[in-house]
Amino acid sequence: MSDGRGELAIRVSALVVGFGDHVVLDRLSLDVRRGEVLGVVGASGGGKSVLLRTILGLIPKRRGRIEILGIDTDTADDDDVRSIGRRCGTLFQQGALFSSLTVLQNVQFPMREYLDLPEDLMRDVAMAKLEMVGLTLDDADKLPAELSGGMTKRVALARALALDPEIVFLDEPTSGLDPIAAEDFDQLIRTLQRTLGLTVYMNTHDLDSLNTVCDRIAALADGRVVALGPMDVMRDCDHPWVRSYFGGKRAHVAAREIAPLAQ
Amino acid sequence: MPPELTPVMDNGRWRLRAGGAWTSDNARELQRLVEAATRAVAGPQPVTIDVAEVRQLDTFGAWLLERLQRGAGAEGRDARLAGVPDHYRGLLDELRQANRRPPSARRAANPIVAALAWTGQRAIEIGRDLVSLIAMLGALGEALGRALLHPRTFRLTSAVHHFDRVAWQAVPIVVLITLLIGGIIAQQGIFHFRKFGADDYVVDLVGILVLREIGVLLVAIMVAGRSGSSYTAELGSMKMREEIDALRTMGLDPIEVLILPRVLALVFALPVLTFIGSMAALYGGGMVAWLYGGMSPEIFIDRLKEAISIDHFKVGMIKAPFMALMIGAVACVEGLKVKGSAESLGLQTTTSVVKSIFLVIVLDGVFAIFFASVGI
Repeated sequence: MSDGRGELAIRVSALVVGFGDHVVLDRLSLDVRRGEVLGVVGASGGGKSVLLRTILGLIPKRRGRIEILGIDTDTADDDDVRSIGRRCGTLFQQGALFSSLTVLQNVQFPMREYLDLPEDLMRDVAMAKLEMVGLTLDDADKLPAELSGGMTKRVALARALALDPEIVFLDEPTSGLDPIAAEDFDQLIRTLQRTLGLTVYMNTHDLDSLNTVCDRIAALADGRVVALGPMDVMRDCDHPWVRSYFGGKRAHVAAREIAPLAQ
Repeated sequence: MPPELTPVMDNGRWRLRAGGAWTSDNARELQRLVEAATRAVAGPQPVTIDVAEVRQLDTFGAWLLERLQRGAGAEGRDARLAGVPDHYRGLLDELRQANRRPPSARRAANPIVAALAWTGQRAIEIGRDLVSLIAMLGALGEALGRALLHPRTFRLTSAVHHFDRVAWQAVPIVVLITLLIGGIIAQQGIFHFRKFGADDYVVDLVGILVLREIGVLLVAIMVAGRSGSSYTAELGSMKMREEIDALRTMGLDPIEVLILPRVLALVFALPVLTFIGSMAALYGGGMVAWLYGGMSPEIFIDRLKEAISIDHFKVGMIKAPFMALMIGAVACVEGLKVKGSAESLGLQTTTSVVKSIFLVIVLDGVFAIFFASVGI
């Protein structure tokens, strides 16, 4: 699984996506390296979610190429599609938990579909995943409707991680969480990323997450990636949107709080 | 690379040498190895699990290693991992905390007690359903009273919109189905009455049956399936998205805003549809009597005038608004019962249709008894 360290996990080249006359992504190219945490920022409605959903194959593209783990999504046959499904996990913004299954069953669902596992092992590992994301035994039999927003995200993350994926897509993982929960979640993502060697692709608005968790940041504006690199690159970028985003008051506060920790 | 786990005795200490790929794809094989090794190293000697040769490790493999260590380390025996590569250490440490609390044992319930409990719960539920239906009718009455006192609060636009949906847009399907049913009744009547030379009485059959019973019943059942279900699904998904709670926090009454216009639209729509449906059924009956039974339209209409009176028509029509009220109230009660899940939305929609059809037929029976006792 850890072979080919230098390879790219995701490669997007010259991607064009639009709805009707409105072109959302205009010849966008982006590479995600294996084992990194990439944060994608962009204005609301600027195409972040569209890019994520296009990579996941939920929105058709007009032109361009997308490669996930070396598989070109245009030429992928059924086995390749299953292989991508097996090796990627996705955390949707609203959790997208299956509402008729319990928390434990939600986490076991991908295991049941893809792996041939003894029942007790599946139960133990699913419970272990739930504990990793900070849930307890008592939560395992709850239904998604009975969970709070933070718990829903945690369960969704546990489900995304159920198969030990190589890439995890996170859509706004900390939105709707209180700052303490958001920080916990960031730490959790970081820990899991280190322990499991994940590649993380994360859409986010959270400046703290960008500071603490992300190795590189991609800034999306005008349908393209206008800046790509670590935080320093973002601060030095002279694209107006990036400047106002990372030069704003909130960014300074977040950076000042993080700076002593990083040293 | 197949997984390995070989027990070796080394200076009074068990050494378990793990190797190969400890991943989910080999899970069954790994579990077998772990169970065999746990049995093999039974005894008081301390155990070392040497994982230096493990080439691949994921959560499943790491959990099995942890389980192996816990199994070997039971009863206070010394069991430790050795040769852990740095990049696996985090994962193994993470799993060391996992599944520490024993799962709560679930007792299987006695089947007789469970069956009795189920019956009891059902009985209570039926009682509660009845109460909530009556409460809904009461709330509707109250809202209607308020709307009559303050006509400006009544949502006329909404009511007209729903009337359009449940009445006018339902006309084609209602006409089609009642036309066919009228035709079928006439055909069956002619076919069987002809045996004893009473074909003419087919007009009485069609006329009385359609105007008194079939017209209103058929239309009510169709409306329950078509509009009742959509009311339940609409209100249910509004409930799920907290729209109804939003209305309440704005100080508005959902009964007044959402439910009264819907139910009133239905109460006005069902008589209209019943009238149209009955006419279509008579037309269908007349067509079949003409084309299949050879009875000319003039004779059919003449016989119809003799066979039916305005009372038959009134009996049918008077039932329609009550049935509509029942369908609307049940649909809204069920819609408000929807909880968070998609499954519950489906369940309540089904329940709504089943219950409203049942209640429509019960109501029809009650009316039959009533009309018989007053002699119409």
